Amino acid sequence: MTERTQYDIVVVGAGPAGLGAAVEAARGGARVCVVDQNPHLGGQIWRHRDPSVLPGHARRWLRRFARSGCDWIPNAGVASVADDGGLLVNNMDGARRLRAGALILATGARERFIPFPGWTLPNVLGLGGIQALVKQGLDVRGRRVVLAGSGPLMLPVAATLARRGARLLIVAEQASAGALARIAAGMWRTPSRIAQAVGYRVAFRTAAYKTGTWVVRAEGSDAVRSVTLTDGTRSWTLECDLLGTGDGLVPNVELATLAGCVTQDGAIVVDAMQRTSVPWIFAAGECAGVAGQDVAVLEGRIAGLAACGRDGEARALRGARDRARSRARRMLEAFALCPGVRARVTPETIICRCEDVPAGALDPDWTAREAKLVTRLGMGPCQGRVCGPATCELMGWDAQVVRPPVQPTRVGPLVDLLRERRP
Amino acid sequence: MTAPEIEIIVDGEPLRVAAGTTLAVALLNAGVRAFRTSASGAPRAPLCGMGTCYECRVTVDHVVGRRACLVPCVPGMVVHTADGDD
Amino acid sequence: MGARPDVIVVGAGIVGCACARALAREGLEVLVVDASFPGGGTTAAGMGHIVVMDDSPAELALSAYSRGLWAELADELPRSVEDRRPGTLWLAAGADEMPILGQKRDLYQRAGVHAEVLDATALRDAEPNLRLGLAGGLVVPDDRVLYPPNAARWMLDEARRCGAVAWRDTRVVGVAERRVMLARAGGVQALDTGAVVIAAGIDAPTLIPELPIVPRKGHLAITDRAPGMCRHQLVELGYLHSAHALTGESTAFNLQPRATGQVLIGSSRQLVGRDASITPRVVGEMLRRAVEFMPPLASLSVLRIWTGFRPATPDSLPLIGPWPEIPGVWIAAGHEGLGITTATGTAELIVAGITGTTPPIDAAPFAPSRTMAAPLTA
Repeated sequence: MTERTQYDIVVVGAGPAGLGAAVEAARGGARVCVVDQNPHLGGQIWRHRDPSVLPGHARRWLRRFARSGCDWIPNAGVASVADDGGLLVNNMDGARRLRAGALILATGARERFIPFPGWTLPNVLGLGGIQALVKQGLDVRGRRVVLAGSGPLMLPVAATLARRGARLLIVAEQASAGALARIAAGMWRTPSRIAQAVGYRVAFRTAAYKTGTWVVRAEGSDAVRSVTLTDGTRSWTLECDLLGTGDGLVPNVELATLAGCVTQDGAIVVDAMQRTSVPWIFAAGECAGVAGQDVAVLEGRIAGLAACGRDGEARALRGARDRARSRARRMLEAFALCPGVRARVTPETIICRCEDVPAGALDPDWTAREAKLVTRLGMGPCQGRVCGPATCELMGWDAQVVRPPVQPTRVGPLVDLLRERRP
Repeated sequence: MTAPEIEIIVDGEPLRVAAGTTLAVALLNAGVRAFRTSASGAPRAPLCGMGTCYECRVTVDHVVGRRACLVPCVPGMVVHTADGDD
Repeated sequence: MGARPDVIVVGAGIVGCACARALAREGLEVLVVDASFPGGGTTAAGMGHIVVMDDSPAELALSAYSRGLWAELADELPRSVEDRRPGTLWLAAGADEMPILGQKRDLYQRAGVHAEVLDATALRDAEPNLRLGLAGGLVVPDDRVLYPPNAARWMLDEARRCGAVAWRDTRVVGVAERRVMLARAGGVQALDTGAVVIAAGIDAPTLIPELPIVPRKGHLAITDRAPGMCRHQLVELGYLHSAHALTGESTAFNLQPRATGQVLIGSSRQLVGRDASITPRVVGEMLRRAVEFMPPLASLSVLRIWTGFRPATPDSLPLIGPWPEIPGVWIAAGHEGLGITTATGTAELIVAGITGTTPPIDAAPFAPSRTMAAPLTA
């Protein structure tokens, strides 16, 4: 780690938004540091053991970042944010305090899981999880895989699995064919996207792609052995070795919430220049509303420019950003969850995996905080990141109050971080 | 591209893995089922693959609770999983 | 419950729920009201120790009596209450503190509280993860630990089984002679009652402004599961000095093994009004002390840090008994950091007062009227 502690701009997250922000900010002469919890740059979408297989625009942004002169702290999380610009950053090697003139949150999104019986079995993985692990070398050759979930991520994951030699049994999208047809129609306005979708379809053409179909349960003892699917009228069971599942993405807003930034509908609220309700904090990309990598890069660049006062250049990018956002919104609307997905939860279904809290233990009359106190829901190390979005959907509970540290942090580094420093 | 292989120790047994592999991938490829045991005693393994869910926690070089999906394999690393508890 | 309950209990924290249970078991018609939900205030923020403390003879009497009542409940408490008996281990850092341990043991023994002095070797056997070089300890084996929010809820469920009624999301906006004003979703209403028990903790002065209760902030941190890290509740002897100075800011080493295998790390004390924000300096000092006493703690992960407010009084004793200014109004508040322990004893004192029977222990030291005399010094 470098020893500098004072930066004009600290960027949290090294995905498309974070890299866009860092590159633009550094171009204007700002001293920039990027903090990211992964060992490699690129976030969930552009991170790869072998960057040569990445698409051209991803490689370009990674190259620009490498030349930008920004500092980069990998394997590190921001545990806490203070009003005066103080950040507590920690990784396995220790901890350090940074001070930022401006903070750009590019904390991305995570997968949402609406629980079902058996979703806690080994070899039931998130769609993004499978994608990430396969990129890192997970061997799926000859393995029978069921993909059952929702959202635009299904197609690229299916394509990756097919390329890597998996035996894809089915790709089951819960959204109806009618809903998807509406976005397909919308995509004619952007022909490159249709080509992309068709490309994916060709890559896994041996598997059935079924809409209006979702998983109702997974079974197995030490790992998943079979998956039961339904289309609402008929159910059938497939034996498999891996189940990839996930019901869309939710923004990572925990750090923003702790810093006092206003959120709405689960996303950080930003103005046209990506500024949050806290004047020195900006947010860009998925954490300000899930919209994909094109939007993320544009928002990151706007935030990076605005954070160093180059509002004119930032304004020039706003039109493209707004168009890309509304395109993304139309697409995501098509993937709204059908009631059957919520109805698959049984009283025995585990909701909180950290504390093994079943659905039957939760009283709909409670508040979220009450549920947490009574049942330990969301009290484990993931701090409610997995069960929070699920209970929001299932029980109508708001996101939890965020308590520091934003991620579990070892006592030793915390002592170093918090101890009073006397000059 | 073939990465050079390194050796780590998983539940007392040597395991050869491609250098740069994350521990989660190394363990899954080696057939490890239970990375950890849940609060009520059930086997658990990676879900999110990106550091959020904490289901892939294992003990690495005597440090408990490390997320295997975020830890790159390094030569000689000593790993303990719930599969090793049998 | 009829139109006019015998008793309205204001506040469904551990103290209010214990009072409701005890009163309902006496056959009284009880209504419990809480501004939010049961066990969600100070009760939810604390450590949940059932511990005998000996700062004053009155505190020793109340805490020892109360702990005995908890022990009698042990077989009835559901699993969710996480009631356990790990005991407390008071730690003497240096040889100069060993005589204090001896005196403390003698005091406990006289009160019928079993306690044993451990030398350095025995201490090491009892808690292998403590640092080397500690002089010794005093183990109080019958001290307990439980999970307070669910203990409060169980108490309230028991009260309900005896006919009590509980209204949540109900704020008491005024208290008069045998009458309270309630604000609920439907609006404000007046309700007549035989008696009112104010068990509202730090909020009690909003109803009776003369009550000398101030919020005393504390920080706590909880780790991930690490079974076996510590076996007893651990407290440094210096805790007493920290706990009893009502001014300034202090931290003391206090660890607690939870039923889940997690370790709860305390403690701190600050008088900063109702500012619930986390003070990084205080947390840093609290954790530093914890690692100093138990070095392996450094490798555990902290999952959460939070603050809470203890309802503190100038003489560190709770206010339990009639409020002389308003007939029919009883106070059960100001329990500082010992409210979980003393909730059971408090409830019995309130029952004795309201039913006019002989109190099980001397109630005089807790009389709220004591605060109306000349101002007490800290």
